[in-house]
Amino acid sequence: MEFWVTQLFNGVSYGALLFLLGGGLTLIFGMMRIVNMTHGSHYLLGCYVAVTVLTRTGSYVLAMLVAVAVIAGLGVIEWDRFLKGFRGQELAQVLTTMGLALIFQDLALLIWGGDPHNIRVPGLLSGRYQFGVFSFPVYRIFIIVVALAVAVILWLVVERTRIGAMMRAAVDDAEMARGIGINVSAISVGVFSLGAALAAVAGVVAGGFLSVYPGADFEILSYAFVVVIVGGMGSLKGALIGALLVGLLDNFGKALFPELSYFTLFAPMAAILAIRPTGLFGRV
Amino acid sequence: MDGTAAVWWRRLGFALVLVLLVAGPPYLPPFLLTLLTQTLIYAILAMGLDLILGYTGLSSLGHAAYLGLGAYSVGILATQYRAGFWTTLVVGILLATAVAAIFGLLALRATGVYFLMITLALGMVIWGLANRWVSLTRGDNGISSIPRPDLGLPWSFAAAVPYYYLVLAGFVVAFAVLRMIVRSPFGHTLVGIRESESRMRTLGYNVWLHKYIAFLISGGVGGFAGVLWCYYNSYVSPSDLDLAVSIEILLMVALGGRGTLFGATIGAAVIVLLKNLVSVYTQRWLLILGLVYVGTIRYAPEGIVGAVSDWAHWSRLRLLWRSS
Repeated sequence: MEFWVTQLFNGVSYGALLFLLGGGLTLIFGMMRIVNMTHGSHYLLGCYVAVTVLTRTGSYVLAMLVAVAVIAGLGVIEWDRFLKGFRGQELAQVLTTMGLALIFQDLALLIWGGDPHNIRVPGLLSGRYQFGVFSFPVYRIFIIVVALAVAVILWLVVERTRIGAMMRAAVDDAEMARGIGINVSAISVGVFSLGAALAAVAGVVAGGFLSVYPGADFEILSYAFVVVIVGGMGSLKGALIGALLVGLLDNFGKALFPELSYFTLFAPMAAILAIRPTGLFGRV
Repeated sequence: MDGTAAVWWRRLGFALVLVLLVAGPPYLPPFLLTLLTQTLIYAILAMGLDLILGYTGLSSLGHAAYLGLGAYSVGILATQYRAGFWTTLVVGILLATAVAAIFGLLALRATGVYFLMITLALGMVIWGLANRWVSLTRGDNGISSIPRPDLGLPWSFAAAVPYYYLVLAGFVVAFAVLRMIVRSPFGHTLVGIRESESRMRTLGYNVWLHKYIAFLISGGVGGFAGVLWCYYNSYVSPSDLDLAVSIEILLMVALGGRGTLFGATIGAAVIVLLKNLVSVYTQRWLLILGLVYVGTIRYAPEGIVGAVSDWAHWSRLRLLWRSS
């Protein structure tokens, strides 16, 4: 019993982290049809920036804020300098973002070195929370809370605000949206930068319970892709459910069938694609 | 220069390159021979990808999987079952083709960026198996000390030069077969599909079937390259087929020039040279590789072959203008 509850909890909290990553990726995808290989780099760099700020100032909140701001800014530059012109050219996008991802990884190696980095969690978030016979790490509860908060905020923004309505209009039909006076390029840069910022949040959060090292960017990127593919490209609801599914599958797969653990992750994905090529909640 | 002369010049160029590839290697330093062998193997893979990417217009983001399937066929059969070259060759190509047959059914339901994502996902299925099916693949450690093939010929392929010739023969066969395919009515239909799917459909072509067959051939060629790659390294591991490799093959085709077999070969040569030479001189080779990715798309979107033919075109125009 304890095994199942612990694994379930671990799966859900890992799913929460994956939602932070996959949510940003799916927004970028849905909005711009861009396969963004730099998403893992934003995660890696977000964590590294936070590590630096944390060692200089000791403030976790400040570290988080600076990391998010820096990576959001980086996203704006990437979009403006490299990606803006490649709308609809998927090969050009993949190769350009891949190139940028390699450049970022190497620069990160140059600046922060090759050792794994961790983020020291503030005292408030460390320790364990006793719940009946079970005890859960407070930090993992914190991740779930952060992911839920982000999910609610994103949902409110996309579904309930004027900007969200413009975003949805630009997703559905960019040309028409432009025609009725919506500034689609401003929205595009905003979404790309928001996606990057979410990846940075994921990086900072992940630094508290996983180690982050050069190479972790591509490792986590493949998980983020699975989340987006399973959930349906462009769908936030899909990203949430996909992230939970992937988090649970990964955890139980590793615990129960270590021989086939990636297979237990990727095979259901292939099965979903066989039935619905656009993922669970994706639209064509 | 009129058309026929251009054709003759091109044939002469081809013949010259072939003579150099046949006669040169015994005199090359070992390091360069290594690079040449790697180039030819990757060129086979890149030409296979080019059949679907350049000729048919399908960007596959999981093509390293087929290299992996071929390579693991050799790794497993040659070490655990002591299988010979021809067995591993046939199994490698058939396995890759069979997996492409399954993956093609899934992937070809999508187009454009969805096709890209699905091929990426399916490529990761194979990578995941290579990584974690430890009893068969030995996981992260990979399968090592795979013996070089013995073809029952009077000489051994264990040394670098004879093995190079085996790879060269494989390259020539792959090039000839693919060239025949792209010049056949089938190949022209693929180009038609790339240019306008709806038009080809209206004309009565079975678009799906053409794409599917191209996808199968492309996978099989990838398996062939994998067989040669595994014997060459005497080693195979999951890193031979991870996502970065799939993207690297895309880069080779894009850099050389999509839609020409020659371009894919040039692209493979440039990337293999760059990866190996740059890493000798500087630790920052990832940075440089990244700059090549970004620069290729920015400054040579049609690849090297495209840029050269553009340049040739313009200089010819300039000559015409001067003489008039």
